[in-house]
Amino acid sequence: MAWDFLKRLFSTGGSKNIAKERLQIVLIHDRADITPEMLDNLRKDMIDVITKYMEVDLSKIEMDFDREDRSVAFVANIPVTRIKRGVVASSAGKPEERKEQEKTANGGKKATPKRKSGQP
Amino acid sequence: MDPRIIVITSGKGGVGKTTTTSNIAVALAKMGHRVVAVDADIGLRNLDVMMGLENRVVYNFIDVLEGTCRLNQALVRDKRADTLFLLPAAQTRTKDAVTPDQMEQLCDMLRKEFDFILLDSPAGIEGGFKNAAVGADEALVIATPEVPSVRDADRIIGMLESMGKAPIRLIVNRLRSNLVREGEMLDVRDVLDILAIDLIGIVPEDDSVVKSSNRGEPLAFGDSSPAALAFQRIASRIVGEEIPFPSFEEEQNKGFFAALKKFFGLK
Repeated sequence: MAWDFLKRLFSTGGSKNIAKERLQIVLIHDRADITPEMLDNLRKDMIDVITKYMEVDLSKIEMDFDREDRSVAFVANIPVTRIKRGVVASSAGKPEERKEQEKTANGGKKATPKRKSGQP
Repeated sequence: MDPRIIVITSGKGGVGKTTTTSNIAVALAKMGHRVVAVDADIGLRNLDVMMGLENRVVYNFIDVLEGTCRLNQALVRDKRADTLFLLPAAQTRTKDAVTPDQMEQLCDMLRKEFDFILLDSPAGIEGGFKNAAVGADEALVIATPEVPSVRDADRIIGMLESMGKAPIRLIVNRLRSNLVREGEMLDVRDVLDILAIDLIGIVPEDDSVVKSSNRGEPLAFGDSSPAALAFQRIASRIVGEEIPFPSFEEEQNKGFFAALKKFFGLK
């Protein structure tokens, strides 16, 4: 019954729905296409923020975009060498932990990035 | 009225930039505005043939910029409308024959002479497009309801936004309502959802467009074909008239509301 109900509502599905879906996906990817220069700036900014709280191994930082079928995630892998004691005093972390893998941004959730600007 | 410089662009080629430029130029001139249609496609000029003025081209805007001739020597007056002019592109030069600075300089010259300066942009996102867009205040983006065209339009809108053009408005060209009704073509709502900019016109697929380009007589000169009416309505919206989108509502009725009716068993 409910299935019939839904099928009736969406039975307009010709090739147009395929076109729309393909467009939405391709644009997620197009709009997340970031130039190496922008990625470089982002990397510098991220490092500036993170080093306020901890010392990190600058030579081993990896940052990139993970593109899956319907989503884009910004993934950063930043090895931590030492957490600065004063800054983390409020949060009950374990400063002696040597290596911490951080996965940031979106946590694999669906992302709809804004239209890519034409800026170089 | 302050002069308005409008770039007509699309990213993708073959979606109707030149046809649109010539028809909007004609429609605006018929309202009595002083209009110049500038062919910004250096090396691949076509606005002259679309307007049927190819035999009267002597100079082009690069000649003006290089000082070979004066502006009014390069302007081709369209005898069918008193206030309509064409400024041709050079056919034997390349896109890098001009710099963005020179294009701005050209736009400033035209601003003193005209109410509307329409710039027909080349396809692509490189120098030629940037030269066409640099001197413009606002933009019309053309897209057909197809995946490649909408994708490229998205790209070009991003570039226009970063160049500070406003408003940037969309023309959906070559809409085939029979295919839309069958669910076999993106409808205007779909394209708007995806591109998220304002709509200024919907132009249906129309055989008379081919016939008019064969003859070099833009439809807006008097034809009453569906495409001609659509271009006239776009011109009216450009000058600020509030004109509803009849076919758009129609499509909506046929699409969404028809689905609803079907859903409730009304049909």
